[in-house]
Amino acid sequence: MSAPAVRREIPYRYRLMGTKCLNCGALFHPPQRICPKCGSKDLVEEELAWRGRLVAYTVIRRPPKGYEDYKPYIVGLIELKDGKLILAQIVDCDIEEVRPGLKLEATFRRIREDGKSGIIEYGYKFRPVIEWNWQKKPNPEK
Amino acid sequence: MKPLSAVGIVGYAGYIPIYRIKAAEIGRVWGTGCKYPIIEKAVAAIDEDATTMAVEAARYAVARAQINPEEIGAIYVGSESKPYAVKPSGTIVAEALGISSQLLAADYEFACKAGTEAFQTCIALVASGMVKYGMAIGADTAQGRPSDELEFTAASGAAAFIFGKKSEETIAYVEGTHSYSTDTPDFWRRPEEPYPSHYWRFTGKPAYFKHVLSAAKGLMEELNLTPDDFDYAVFHQPNTKFPLAAAKMLGIEEEKIKPGLLVPIIGNTYSASSPLGLAATLDVAKPGDRILMVSYGSGAGSDAFSFVVQEAIEWKRPLAPPIAAFVNRKKLVDYACYTRYRRKLRK
Ligand SMILES: [Zn+2]
Repeated sequence: MSAPAVRREIPYRYRLMGTKCLNCGALFHPPQRICPKCGSKDLVEEELAWRGRLVAYTVIRRPPKGYEDYKPYIVGLIELKDGKLILAQIVDCDIEEVRPGLKLEATFRRIREDGKSGIIEYGYKFRPVIEWNWQKKPNPEK
Repeated sequence: MKPLSAVGIVGYAGYIPIYRIKAAEIGRVWGTGCKYPIIEKAVAAIDEDATTMAVEAARYAVARAQINPEEIGAIYVGSESKPYAVKPSGTIVAEALGISSQLLAADYEFACKAGTEAFQTCIALVASGMVKYGMAIGADTAQGRPSDELEFTAASGAAAFIFGKKSEETIAYVEGTHSYSTDTPDFWRRPEEPYPSHYWRFTGKPAYFKHVLSAAKGLMEELNLTPDDFDYAVFHQPNTKFPLAAAKMLGIEEEKIKPGLLVPIIGNTYSASSPLGLAATLDVAKPGDRILMVSYGSGAGSDAFSFVVQEAIEWKRPLAPPIAAFVNRKKLVDYACYTRYRRKLRK
């Protein structure tokens, strides 16, 4: 992707920024200027939920150009907490571990690189939710 | 150095990647002995770099700070493993957090102390009233030359601290900071070299200990404090031995550095090393506790800080994961996977 194209897509790739139709309530990611559902032009920026659940997935073993370094990788269909469905790469998760229903959260990663000298594209991927519990005393020696 | 008006930490957080490699696995490949400087080190995934980890830590720090990210007026990222040789990391972090473009941003470099220099700049900018909040980040995917002794410890991680005027919202306030720097060629990397070089004879006494102890003593003198006044201490952690020895030389009990001593299980995270140790210490500290933190950067210099923990720690702490959550979340990889993830193999 060219540098200007990367620049334009930053808000929705870096921050899950979409648009919401004020007329019918539909949420769009990537953002839309005119609602494809009801034709309204009354849309506002809205960030999607950061957490969700894996609905379905596939393993990519023959990736498109620019993604070869990451193969094999998991691409999942994720249902976010706001009900929006989103396609994203699943990371920090072995192929043997992945299963529908897995609780996921957005993470910021490299998406692909334009060779050795071009732009590095960054954006969201999803990983299994990092669970924490402050009741348990942190034990860094474990 | 004391700020003219009181400054504190409004939010903090760390990030450690999920992968680990055991020092013994590196030793198995290179046929080195069985005494290792650490147990295992954190390895960033193939799609992670210093900037992505900085974003992770920064997001959690904002969550814990409970501030509108648009009020952050400055971002400084300290790193010796920037993904771009020329192009700032701070602007990528700002965009990922939705921080306004009315922003001061720059990257810092000073080997392993680039993160704490960012602390000092943010403290000064807040104290002078030039910005409301400033964010200082230390982030590195440190690399050691294959089979070099640095390869056993050079690790990946990030920590982010947001500074603001001292108030009921601050987690800990800054009592003062003190730096000590000299031209000491103990470790360096020339342009276009993938791995650093080091001069082993210099790394201990004339480098790490001289600078760490001088900065710590200078700070205590300036603030009229003694080692006994500190409830916790965090020193830069190039290996397990050095911070333990520094504490001993200063007369600080081992118990006081234990909560922040992460190097045996995550390695030396360079610019993130002492900031992650401080984060882990804040995870267990109580209001009123005083924490000494001393970084060390080869080349060489140390920044020492004294922080006093405030009440807000109690309600802000649970708003982001403890460092222990990242420490306990791990997947071991072998040397082959590690070389692939860290792009040590040339295609
Ligand atoms: Zn609509």
